[in-house]
Amino acid sequence: MTQKYELVVVGGGPAGMAAALRARDCGVKSIVILERAETLGGILEQCIHTGFGLHYFNEELSGPEYAARFSLLVEQSDIEIKTDTMVINISNENIVTAVNKTDGLIDISAKAIILAMGCREKPRGALNIAGTRAAGIMTAGTAQKYVNINGYLPGKKVVILGSGDIGLIMARRMTLEGAEVKMVCELMPYSSGLTRNIVQCLEDYNIPLKLSTTVIEIHGKERVEGVTIAKVDRNRRPIKGTEEYVECDTLLLSVGLIPENELSNAMGIALDPITGGPVVRENRETTQSGVFACGNVLHVHDLVDFVTVESQTAGEGAARYILGQFEEDAYITTKGMDGVRYVVPQRINLNCNRDVKLFFRVGQAYKNAVIYVENNDEVILSRRRPKLAPGEMEDVVIKNEVLKELPVNGELVIRVEVQT
Amino acid sequence: MKREMICVACPVGCGISIELSDKGAVLTVAGNQCKRGENYAITECTAPTRTLTTTAKVKDGRNPLVPVRSGKPIPKGLLLDCVKIINSVEVTAPVEIGDVIIENILNTGVDIIATNICCHI
Amino acid sequence: MKFDVAIIGAGVVGSLIARELSRYDMKIVLLEKGNDVSVGTTKGNSAIVHAGYDSMPGTLKAKLNVEGVKLMPSLCRDLGVPYKNTGSLVIAFNDSQMVALTKLLIRGNQNGVPELRIIGQGKLRELEPNVNINAMGALWAPTAAIICPYELTIAAVENAVMNGVTLLRNFEVIRAVREKDGMQALFSGSGEVQAKYIINAAGVFSDTVAAMFGDKEYKIISRKGEYFLFDKKLSGLVNHVVFQCPTKMGKGVLISPTVHGNVIVGPNAIDIEDKEDCSTTARGAIEILDTARHSITRLSTVDLITSFAGIRAHNENVHDFIIEQSSSNPNVIQLVGIESPGLTAAPAIAEHVKNMLMTIAGKQKKKENYNPIRPAPVRFKELNDEERREIIKKNSAYGKIVCRCESITEGEILDAIHAPAGAVDVDGVKRRTRAGMGRCQGGFCGSKVVEILSRELNIPLDEVTKFGDQSKIVFGKTK
Repeated sequence: MTQKYELVVVGGGPAGMAAALRARDCGVKSIVILERAETLGGILEQCIHTGFGLHYFNEELSGPEYAARFSLLVEQSDIEIKTDTMVINISNENIVTAVNKTDGLIDISAKAIILAMGCREKPRGALNIAGTRAAGIMTAGTAQKYVNINGYLPGKKVVILGSGDIGLIMARRMTLEGAEVKMVCELMPYSSGLTRNIVQCLEDYNIPLKLSTTVIEIHGKERVEGVTIAKVDRNRRPIKGTEEYVECDTLLLSVGLIPENELSNAMGIALDPITGGPVVRENRETTQSGVFACGNVLHVHDLVDFVTVESQTAGEGAARYILGQFEEDAYITTKGMDGVRYVVPQRINLNCNRDVKLFFRVGQAYKNAVIYVENNDEVILSRRRPKLAPGEMEDVVIKNEVLKELPVNGELVIRVEVQT
Repeated sequence: MKREMICVACPVGCGISIELSDKGAVLTVAGNQCKRGENYAITECTAPTRTLTTTAKVKDGRNPLVPVRSGKPIPKGLLLDCVKIINSVEVTAPVEIGDVIIENILNTGVDIIATNICCHI
Repeated sequence: MKFDVAIIGAGVVGSLIARELSRYDMKIVLLEKGNDVSVGTTKGNSAIVHAGYDSMPGTLKAKLNVEGVKLMPSLCRDLGVPYKNTGSLVIAFNDSQMVALTKLLIRGNQNGVPELRIIGQGKLRELEPNVNINAMGALWAPTAAIICPYELTIAAVENAVMNGVTLLRNFEVIRAVREKDGMQALFSGSGEVQAKYIINAAGVFSDTVAAMFGDKEYKIISRKGEYFLFDKKLSGLVNHVVFQCPTKMGKGVLISPTVHGNVIVGPNAIDIEDKEDCSTTARGAIEILDTARHSITRLSTVDLITSFAGIRAHNENVHDFIIEQSSSNPNVIQLVGIESPGLTAAPAIAEHVKNMLMTIAGKQKKKENYNPIRPAPVRFKELNDEERREIIKKNSAYGKIVCRCESITEGEILDAIHAPAGAVDVDGVKRRTRAGMGRCQGGFCGSKVVEILSRELNIPLDEVTKFGDQSKIVFGKTK
């Protein structure tokens, strides 16, 4: 038996909820959100710290509060929700196969699909850290779940590898719950986390941040007993003679996020090798007709507020697709060069009849920089930025009037230059 | 005595230098590009505050914990004492977002409120 | 507790011996020092069924290897565990290596290895399109295969227990005393069992255990080998087990598919002092991957999922398996130094040891209701849609996917916990179901597996361990 919906949204976190609500507002009538957890909210349910909603709501909210703003609207609407439901396949004909305890295996035929599965953390295995396989090695997000959802302390003497926001947040969280966080090690010569978190999670608690430092070995037979750290050189290789043993019972890893691309991979849609997420056009449609992507599954964001805005773009894109509103094909591709690692969206339909925001990230920190957007070596626009950092996603708006003048099959390049 | 800090009031992150008297009063503030930065620097040096976020135990709830936060920032030095007090209470389900878990914690005039729902088991 | 036979060590050898002996009307106990079965050498090796040309003709290794190869397919079928007849290739890059291949061919023929042949560049490239273009030729052994050693062991123990064998986990034999009535009393720190006949299958510790019965002449060198596991995306990189020409320390670095669709690379060989040191090293990674790239140049660390190390028991002075009656005590059978091709030989070792025991103890009566079949566990991922619907209807727990990367359901995890000799810790669930073996390495499912173990074993969350004893996952409650 196949169920039919106009729109299937895979993932009920902030991305999925915003996309579904926008699609509803645009006139899509039958929508279902498929969520693998017991509730809507996604990863925000365990992000109990504040800092969410500063841009979107002009308020400072915790993760669950931000999610609740949307889940309330979803529950009050006629958008259907299936929780405890895992999507295991999406066919090339947009048939979504999902599984849960009550319905069993279900096939859902959809006119359009929005991928909003979020992202996952890089594990120890991907880094190939030498040493034992004792208990006490986990990603910061897993520790966050144990502390905030289960109410258990994953460790008492903690070393954190990775100074991204999740690592910083957990440094504070573990300290507040009675653990001793001995240090945060960061491979790069700078932290990728927000300065606010360096201050409020590390400095407030006198937790040292060791830059250009990594963990090279884990010790301990059954439970972690310590780690060996070492300084790294310009090529991020450990420097002989700088090794130091640090006693601890827990190593938390906050070493990178990857879009949850199991489904995207299996579908055979084009993926961007830098973001790890699907290649999309300005309305967030992937290379499979009617399949859209938004949020962390598309590219890992820093602020959920921008996930919401992007997901609304995708929701609207899906709605127009369902309602048969198409533009004629006239594509231009985007590309990052000279310090710009990636650009989303990777393609723009020049007939989209709207301003298009391009999101990008730089590969290193810059001061006094200028961003150039160019086509055929001609500068379309330039923007000054006193500071650019890999940990802060940037955006630049290309106005519709400008898009209309660009040549079809051309390329828009974004690059960075330091102002001299 | 001198103190250096990075302002977190906005993403620019100005580096600010503050001159303090022996008694800890602010004498000069330099490096900020706006008034918010000046205010942040002064507050950080004289009466720093933080929003506290943590969890509280729940009785008869579907989950063992509910996340909570201080309704407003509270003095930085009281954070750990506040956590001790929050750890000693047990809220009874059901809990709604915004429910006051502890009123006027440590006489700060700030309530500790629930930030997620917790249904009855 | 009194038994007829006590087997010390629930690795693949001890477990298959237990199963073999469970055919008979004998009271058998299988003693394992770890928190679970298969946690010694059995869980850290290349999982290969070697064709049998490596061992010197006339040795026990050669004989039992070739016999084991023949027994393995039906054994895996009876126990419901994976077996893939991939065949193997030893590749040569120059004339002297080609000569070495000829020597292996001759040896293989002497050992009775069927279908062995040397192939040239053309055929090699047809069989393995990704092999280094400089490879001149290879020794092709079509009877080689890949299995999953811990799944085989777990299945053997389940089957043995179903047929009446008693399994005692966390029973480390520290002392043996010969009683007046001829029974052996075996003591752990907290328990005692008595048995008439003892089979020492204690792996790297078999020399220590042998000494407890009076045999002090054995000496085992612990040899560690590191392995690297690559993402299933690389599936198809190799079709056979691809070896390089062997060295003094062993068969050299291999690249092989695994039965689960990953690619495994390794091992190196380092003699170590600490017999339980399964740590991986940074140096090992560089050495192994560099060496492996001789075979397949495009191997890249980008798709590395995880690494692990295994320890094998190498006899210091004897270049063969030692499987013999103890010189101090005729009722004790010592198995010492069961390194490669130990896994391949294991089914044949079980029969060999059974025959030895029948000679010592006299012929035993066969059990009437012995059942050699252990049905394969549910693998939701491998079911088609119709089968999936059926099984969820039967038990809704199969409708909840816990391990996202490998599509493993709660039903399968419950089965693993409640099976005879079921999982009691996180690693045990991992080995029985594969939950946690995917590309996120338990990042998503890890905490869920812990919750399920806590619920099913009725223990608080902070008593759930990774592999027993002190390896608890979390400390106490936060408040």
